[in-house]
This record gives sequence, C-alpha cells and structure tokens, in this order.
Amino acid sequence: MDKVIVSPSPHVHSPASTNRIMLDVVIALMPAIIVSILFYGWCEILVLAVSAVACVGLEWLIAQFLMKRPELFNGSSALVTGLLLAMNLPCTTPWWVVVIGAVVAIGIAKMSFGGLGQNIFNPAITARVFLLISFPVYMTNWAMPDGFIGSVDAVSGATPLGLIKEGLKSGSTIPEILSAHGLTASTILRDIGGSSGEISAIALLVGFCYLLIRKVVKPWIPLSILGTIALIAFIFHAIDPAHYTGIGFNLLTGGVLLGALFMATDYVTSPMSNWGGVIFGVGIGLIVMMIRYFGSYPEGMSFAILIMNCFVPLINRAFHQKKYGRA
Amino acid sequence: MAKLTFSIGGIHPADSKIARERKIEVLPLPDRVYVSMFQHLGAMAKPVVAVGDTVKAGQIIAEPGGFISAYIHSPVSGTVRSIGPRKDLAGFMQMHIEIEVQGDEWAEGIDLTPELVTSIPEDRDFILDRIKMNGVVGLGGATFPTHVKLNPPPGKVAECLILNGAECEPFLTSDYRILLERTDEIVVGAAIMQKVLGGCRCVIGIEENKPEAIAAVRASVARLGYPSMEVAVLKKRYPQGGEKQLIDAVMHRQVKSGGLPIDVGAVVQNVATSLAVYEAVQKNKPLVTNVLTVTGDVLPAEKQHNYLFRIGVPLSFIAQYAGGVPESAVKMVSGGPMMGKAIANLDATTVKGSSSILYLGEGTARKSESPCIRCGRCADACPMGLEPFLLKSLYKAGDVAALEQNAAQDCIECGCCQYSCPSYIPLLDNIRMAKGQVMAVIRARNAKK
Repeated sequence: MDKVIVSPSPHVHSPASTNRIMLDVVIALMPAIIVSILFYGWCEILVLAVSAVACVGLEWLIAQFLMKRPELFNGSSALVTGLLLAMNLPCTTPWWVVVIGAVVAIGIAKMSFGGLGQNIFNPAITARVFLLISFPVYMTNWAMPDGFIGSVDAVSGATPLGLIKEGLKSGSTIPEILSAHGLTASTILRDIGGSSGEISAIALLVGFCYLLIRKVVKPWIPLSILGTIALIAFIFHAIDPAHYTGIGFNLLTGGVLLGALFMATDYVTSPMSNWGGVIFGVGIGLIVMMIRYFGSYPEGMSFAILIMNCFVPLINRAFHQKKYGRA
Repeated sequence: MAKLTFSIGGIHPADSKIARERKIEVLPLPDRVYVSMFQHLGAMAKPVVAVGDTVKAGQIIAEPGGFISAYIHSPVSGTVRSIGPRKDLAGFMQMHIEIEVQGDEWAEGIDLTPELVTSIPEDRDFILDRIKMNGVVGLGGATFPTHVKLNPPPGKVAECLILNGAECEPFLTSDYRILLERTDEIVVGAAIMQKVLGGCRCVIGIEENKPEAIAAVRASVARLGYPSMEVAVLKKRYPQGGEKQLIDAVMHRQVKSGGLPIDVGAVVQNVATSLAVYEAVQKNKPLVTNVLTVTGDVLPAEKQHNYLFRIGVPLSFIAQYAGGVPESAVKMVSGGPMMGKAIANLDATTVKGSSSILYLGEGTARKSESPCIRCGRCADACPMGLEPFLLKSLYKAGDVAALEQNAAQDCIECGCCQYSCPSYIPLLDNIRMAKGQVMAVIRARNAKK
C-alpha cells in the first residue's frame, strides 16, 4: 500500500447516490413514457427529446458560462426535469415552446435559485404554468394525432375537465355535457385526452410502485393528496352530482396522478418529515378541488403544487423528527 | 418472543462478518509490549514501577489517577525498559510503559486453570473490590471503569442488567466468538453482576444473525439454572448495540438527554466485559487479555483471524503474525467500519478496548460532495431522532444556541447519517465539531452554577 487514508468515521457508505436516485426516477417514468409514445407516436418522441436535451444542455451552459461553477451541473437531475416537463405538455406543442419551457424550468426556477437543492418551486411545474399562461392556445389544444397503435378514439380540442368547465359555465349539467360529447365512464378512464403524462394511470402507478420498492419516495404525500381529493369529491358529488364531478373523474384527470406521484414528491420542493408531507399533501388536495369546483381554470394541480411549495420552509420549521429521550 | 429493536432510525449496512467461523487463536508473545496509561475513560493511570524493575504477568504496574480511572497490570513477565510518551491509536502522545518480554511467569494468586467456577462470592464489596483491583473496564467501546458502573449512586436502583451481545458493527466477530467459546464464563459473569446490582433481572441481547450464539447462551443459562436471566433476540439493525438504543429495544424506555442509563433502571455491560468480570472475580485474573478480529474487505478469508492477545502488544506484531498488510488496503481501522478510528500506521499498541484491525480497500475512499437534495435520509437514519442536515447548516452558520436547541449534543456519532447521504456530505464531521462547541457551552454554564 502506497497511501493510507486517515479520515474520521464512518469508513463505509451505503450504495445510495444522487445519480442513482435520479436514475430510479427516470426508470419509474418509463412505463408512462412508453405508453404515451405508443398513443401519440412521433410527435411525443419529439417533445420528450427536445425537452430532455434542452434541459440538460441549458443546465450545463448556465453552470459553465453564466454561473462559472461547473460543479453545479447535475445532468441526471436536469434529465428528470426535462422528462417531467415533456410529460406535462400536449404532444402537439411546437418545439420552440418546449425550449422556452426548458429555459423557465432550468434557467429561472432552478439555476437562478442556486441550482440543485436550492430551488423553492418545482421546475417542471413552474415551466408548465408559465407556458399555460403565455401560450394558452398551444397548451389547451389537445388534438389527437395518430399514435403507433392507432389514433385515440376520443375528444379533440379540449380535455374532459375543460369541456365540463365550459359546459357548467354555460348552464348545463354534467350528465348533459358528457352525453353531448359522447363521453362515457369507460372512455374517460381509458383514453382521455390530455398531456402525455395523463394518459395512463396504470403506467404511472407501476412506475411509482418501483420508487416505493426502491425506497426512493415515501407514500405519504401522494396518499394525502389523493385522499383529500377523493374525500372532497365524494362529499360534493353526493350532495349535487349534476354540478360536481365524482371521485374517479377527479383522481384520473388533469394531471392529478402525475402531479401527486412524481411532482409533489420532488425532494427539494416538498417537506422533509412524514407529518409535514401529510400537511403538504392535504393542502394540495384542498387547493386543487377549490380551483376545480369554484375557480375559473378547469384543472389546478400545477397551481396547487406551486402554492404549497411556498409553504415548505414553514412546514419544515413546524414539524420535526421525534427525538430520542426528549418526549 | 418477538424480535426486539430500537424505535427511532437505524440502518442496515452489509454484515461482512467474514471471520465469524474462525476459532479464537492464542497470539504468541512479542519481544516487547507497550502498555498505555490511558486505556480507560477518566483520569490517566499513574505508573508504580520504575525502569529496570522486573515484573510478572498480572502484576499491577499502574494505579488509578482518580475516582473514575483503573488499575493497569503487566500483560507479560519481563523487565521495564522505559516509561515515557508514545503515540497512541488516535495519534496523541500518551504515557506508555515498555516491557521487554522474558518468559511467561504469572503473579501469585491468579488461577489460570480452565475449570468453570460457578459458586459466586457472597460479599458484594469483595466482588466490587476484585473487579476494581483487576482493572476491569467496559469493553464495548467506551472503556468506562466497570466497578464504578456496577455501583449506582444512592437512590438509583438497577432493575435490569442488559448484556450487550449485539455486535452490530460490520466485520467484527470477537464478541460472537467468545459467546460461542466462553459461553458459561460470560453467563456466570452476568450472574455476578446481577448479584452486585442487588439481584436485578438480566437480559442478554444478541442480534438475530447469530443463531448459534443465541442457542449456546440459552443452553448455558438453562444448564446453570439462573431463573432471572433470559436471552432477547434482537433484529439485525445498526446501531442496535448502542447503549441508549439497546435500552430502548429491551426495556422500551429512553434515557433522557444528558441522563444516565441507571436513571431508567438500566445497566448495560458488553459480553466481553462479563467475561472479564468472571475472570477477575472467580479466577482473580486481571484484565490483561482480550479478543480482537483481524479482518477487512481486502483481506482474503483465510487470512482473517480472531486472536486472544495480551493487551499492550503492538498492532504491527499482530498484523505481521496474521500475514502482513494487504497491498490493496487504503485504510486501516482500529474498531468497526462505522465508529472505529482510522490509523496512519501500525506503530500504536493494543489497549483494553481494542476490538479489531480492519483493512479497507478503495471503496472506503470518500467521494466528492454534491449539493443536498433534501431527501431526508439522514434524518430517517438518525437513531437519536436528530436532523443532521439542519445541524450541519447551523454549524456552518455558527449558531451554537440553535445547535443546542436542536440537540446536537445528543449525537452518539454512530455515523448513520453520513452513511446514508446520497450526496456524500460529511455530515458527522460537521456534527462532531458542532457537538464539541455545544458541550463547551453547557460545561461553562454548569460551572457557573
């Protein structure tokens, strides 16, 4: 032995690493990505590729040349942001809109706060909301192009949530709206139009189970979001089914699953304690349902997550680990 | 009975007990031994021999330097060659007595026969005196003088003696070997300590990954017929053998911050200490031998050993006898991989608490640190329920008051946080420093009172 290392304990380390965690998230997103490619075809591949390359490239450029701190570049984390951003966009989004989204996600939401671990808001969601407000035409035109396994036989032009919101504004009841657009319970659950990440609940759940098994995330945040949404939807739908949508509809549309499973569970922008996570999740569920039932936007998952992101530092202050011998 | 474990945090590092099947071998005597005067917690011992004196094995060569201190005995027979400072394991200069080995003659009154003596002396003070005069200290890591720990202050009553056979550190197998090979002696040692503590019950905690040891101890307790002694099977989980964690696992009680185990009626002793107590009381044999493991991920299995060594033998002698330092080792550790001390060379000498020489390869090298991603794994892993990420930030900010509020002083330095961090942040390095600052503030405040 030529050199001896002398350093304080511990002398061994777990196999965990940041890159391994990000790789696990990418693996977990794969089922949903594959399903959306099968449904939407080449245009989906294009959006995914542009978003991933733009996010990783921008992070490198900003770290290298703007901040002059190359160590702040973390390719695996930028890749996750890129994939999540793409999954939040309709596959018909023009490539330059996707690039603008990447600039907002990486440049504004992430790197201007100091890079990985420092951002207050979820980068992909910030970009989605920015695009939704700036380019409402591209962002709400959910046209259905041909996929690799045939075109999706459903609505084009607007999502079910959008249709219902418009219908309710013009005074119709939910059953009238659904029958007017030829929507049934089965088509809603199987082939709802929307952003690519919304297309298959099962694929998203399979990916999330992988994260649970790998112990990358804990289930408390998604459970409290979905539980809160389900409870509110149950109560309102039971009271007035003509004007308030039900549990299944609210859980499976408008990016609720993608948001609850993969966006709200982002380490950096969610609370660190289990109970903090529950408060965070209940808050998101409440805000989503308030927006959907009483607000002017048809969905609201993105806004809900961003609003609750603001409260994370406060939640972290309020909820601490249970300490040994200090009951 | 259900398997027991502690209630907060913990990790599952790879077991790596490669030397577990290697029987204890008696290490031969070297030419010279160097006996440290600082092998226990508390005050340094004071030499009572002079250069040129001839000594016998088991003869007192140093006496306690204070109330919390311990006698030290010569591990060999021979001539005192020097008394002076020498680097210890941690690299500090400490007083050592150098003895040139001549023959192997033991002092009068020490019973070296292997026969098991089961009749326990009636007189409590006699037992405590034997433990004190034979220099017994806790061999689980802290080396706290055993006669002090077995003599609770007035008003405190021991309800349960917990014998620590968890050996939760990866690689180490010395406790496991003595549990298998010196079972009866350990069990009688525990019965002696029960008696000293006023007849409290005794629970021997052993992790589930040592089923042979569990069976052996159970059989021994049944054979010797101790009704108030039982074996508790513990889950394999680090740091199960931490004193506070073991009390939580076995008694479902938690020691208050700054308090002592006896406050909740617990006295925890390592199984190796129990063996030393047996030898001290039943055989009048001082603590001059102990068992250590030569092990590591870069050491071939056939070169791994469990040795019965004389306390004071240089580490280099043991390493050489075991076949030399492996080429691919980049780190040498005295103790386990989670809490042991890295050593720069093998010049230092063994002490009462020595439990291993551990050789680690490239994998032990620290990887460069990346930003915290707030995953919370450090807080989930902390067995004291602390928030290492927060303590690190507070330390960097120099906020000692907030560090105390967030219990930095409660850290037991088990290393779970740093082990778990996916960003390779040296959390424990920072928290150790923070703990030092908070302890200084607390001491200053107490001194004013």
